[in-house]
Amino acid sequence: MLYFSKIKIISVVILSILLSYFASSNFFKFDDKYFSKNINLGLDLQGGSYLLLEVDNKPVIIETLQNKVIELKKYFKDKKIILRNISLENNLISFMVDQNQLETTIEHLDKDESIINPYYQQFKTHQFNIETLKNKINLSISNYGLVKIKNSSLDQALEIVRRRVDEIGTNEPNILKRGNDRILVELPGLKDPGRIKSLLGKTANLTFRFVTENSEETFGTEKVSFEDGSEQLIISKRIVISGDNLVDAQPRMDTQMNETIVSFTLDRVGAKKFAKATTTGVGKRLAIVLDEKIISAPNVREPIVGGNGQISGGFTFQSATDLALLLRSGALPAPLNIIEERTVGPDLGQDSINAGIFSLFIGFFLVIFYMFYKYKIFGLIANATLIINLFLLIGILTLLEATLTLPGIAGIILTVGMAVDANVLIFERIREETKLEKNPIIAFDSGYTKSRTTILDANITTLIAATILFFMGSGPVKGFSITLGIGILSTLFSVYFIARLLTSLYVTKNKHKEKLI
Amino acid sequence: MNYNIKFNKFYKNFNILSSVLIIISILFLIFKGLNFGVDFKGGTLIEIRTTNENIDISKLRKSFRSLNLGDVTVKKFGNNKDFIVKFDKKNTNNPTFINDIKTKLEKKLTYSVDFRRVENVGPKVSSELLQSGIIAICLSLAAMLIYIWVRFEWQFSLGAIIALFHDVIITLGIFSLFSFEINLSIVAAILTIVGYSMNDTVVIFDRVRENLKKYSDIKIFELTNISINETLSRTLITSVTTLLALFSIYFFGGQILKGFSLAMILGVFFGTYSSIYIANPILVFLKVSQRTILKDDSN
Repeated sequence: MLYFSKIKIISVVILSILLSYFASSNFFKFDDKYFSKNINLGLDLQGGSYLLLEVDNKPVIIETLQNKVIELKKYFKDKKIILRNISLENNLISFMVDQNQLETTIEHLDKDESIINPYYQQFKTHQFNIETLKNKINLSISNYGLVKIKNSSLDQALEIVRRRVDEIGTNEPNILKRGNDRILVELPGLKDPGRIKSLLGKTANLTFRFVTENSEETFGTEKVSFEDGSEQLIISKRIVISGDNLVDAQPRMDTQMNETIVSFTLDRVGAKKFAKATTTGVGKRLAIVLDEKIISAPNVREPIVGGNGQISGGFTFQSATDLALLLRSGALPAPLNIIEERTVGPDLGQDSINAGIFSLFIGFFLVIFYMFYKYKIFGLIANATLIINLFLLIGILTLLEATLTLPGIAGIILTVGMAVDANVLIFERIREETKLEKNPIIAFDSGYTKSRTTILDANITTLIAATILFFMGSGPVKGFSITLGIGILSTLFSVYFIARLLTSLYVTKNKHKEKLI
Repeated sequence: MNYNIKFNKFYKNFNILSSVLIIISILFLIFKGLNFGVDFKGGTLIEIRTTNENIDISKLRKSFRSLNLGDVTVKKFGNNKDFIVKFDKKNTNNPTFINDIKTKLEKKLTYSVDFRRVENVGPKVSSELLQSGIIAICLSLAAMLIYIWVRFEWQFSLGAIIALFHDVIITLGIFSLFSFEINLSIVAAILTIVGYSMNDTVVIFDRVRENLKKYSDIKIFELTNISINETLSRTLITSVTTLLALFSIYFFGGQILKGFSLAMILGVFFGTYSSIYIANPILVFLKVSQRTILKDDSN
């Protein structure tokens, strides 16, 4: 165990130097294109906001079902099958068909390549589960149908969230999917997430619809109130144009009226529709509705044909900017709820870093003094190993660009305390062996050999705990499992390559001395 | 150093003590329960730093109570300027929720405060976090059980796992007794304790197995004692270095890591103790002998 080949020595030295270089690149600025990597600081250390958003899929599911009802009616009308008493209740579509048409109806719904009830060829399950009671058919969304809805609304929501966050221009936001209905947003350096929260909390569904007096419209009407709750108007359900038709929106100052407005530009289709509606609707009131609240309902004085328009509604500059931003980034497919929020101020983060590093140094020196006191020369070897181990650990973290959190720093300090264990096990074993064996080289060698399985066993148990924590833990705690786990690996490396190398050098030089350890 | 301490003379006494401690801990866990933080209970936590050096905590408490936030607890956090405020009310998707509290509070107190940290956890997330925390702990115990089973014989596995339960239950019992807060980092601490305690037990067990092969004529009761003494020096040195690291986190690592390092300190203490006084007596109780390991080798 004490023999090292030259190649081994050289590769150990090179690897250690390389990782130490990475480690030190966190503290000094190197002008190096290839190796300029850094450990990322977690939000708890650099300050910032962590938001977990959940997509509320209920409205999307209802919308899908409503569309399905229309689709079913049309599809079976073409097939000359009459659906009676079609109803939608509790997420269940049910209808009746004549007895003699029951079989063909079910075949349309149940065949593998069904168009009206798809997904079978993809998932081996249809979009809807079919249930029959005599000549009544019940359709309910299958699990795969549900997954499909959730995934598509999550993808859309993620895109919109990303656009909105990017528009605000925070530095290096981190936006990720979590499961099939959640989005994680990390905003480093953000002290007050209030504005982002209010922007993400809005669906931003914009529609232009006419105000009507008679409630006998063909498309139906609904009562909608103004944003400030001052007034209610009856407006048509027919949508003239929606937010989808917008290509741009900007806050402007209207110099004539001396108020802030939002001006918008429509796409080609939208401009055409808008021109037509405003031509026929001169004199009528056109309501601008955002998320089921009226922003304003101006009179159409003249046709608007250029595809440009403006919204006024007593905005402050801030609210006009936010509205323009929301309109530019588009509407969310479903409302988002903030189900978890953690914000750390930057000064607290700095305090945590200072305290963490201070306690790391204290712990480090205490351990070093104790080891020297216990083992003298071999204590020095263990300590040198510990220092190199720390460099290796930080070097690997840098190489992986891992995120360092406050519990992560605790993991490093704990590694300092536990890393010496392997050397202690070896040294103790060597002490025992020297009692039986006079030749120090043989004694040292068997000390290393006999303690090896114990050291592996002992470290693997901690590694198991760290691995489970890595997969089950969240946020800062995950950072702890990373430093603890990598700490074990770097410890094993430094004990078996560096400490053993130093030991072998020392022992072969001093093999004639009495009582080496 | 050579030790020759008669640990095995006290096996019985300490087993009785441990059993009593476990029963008391379980009773505490059942009847008093654990003091879950916002991570696991849901609600809002705010860390406040006031600009006023001589703030009266009862005044702060009174100001918070008048904001209609439900059950509010206010505690000092480290020094005279820092406080931790917790209440059950969750932010019901109102983006100005936290800012409103700040404005109202500053008006009541007539000087400015800084919200250094805000944590807001909804009921769904908190119950999921609790669930995954419990699963993580169970999973790690199961993984340890399997690992030891593979590496040793079932008697050793059983001994090690009972020692682990002992450490986890008593640590949680102490947290219950003193109403220390249980949050995500405590779960991390418990998992690390599981790893550490296992580590300690494995070192002694390895030596027991080695000695079983070496001496066929020594009874397990004596043999465990020899093994404990032979590894004692290592046990003490590693415990000391680990505790040195942990105490430096506890005293200098800042308020946020206090609970974590405290749980770890307790865990290291009980882990070391249980490796000697729980894991080994179980080997004696299960009448482990040379045949136990030789039978395994012939397979």
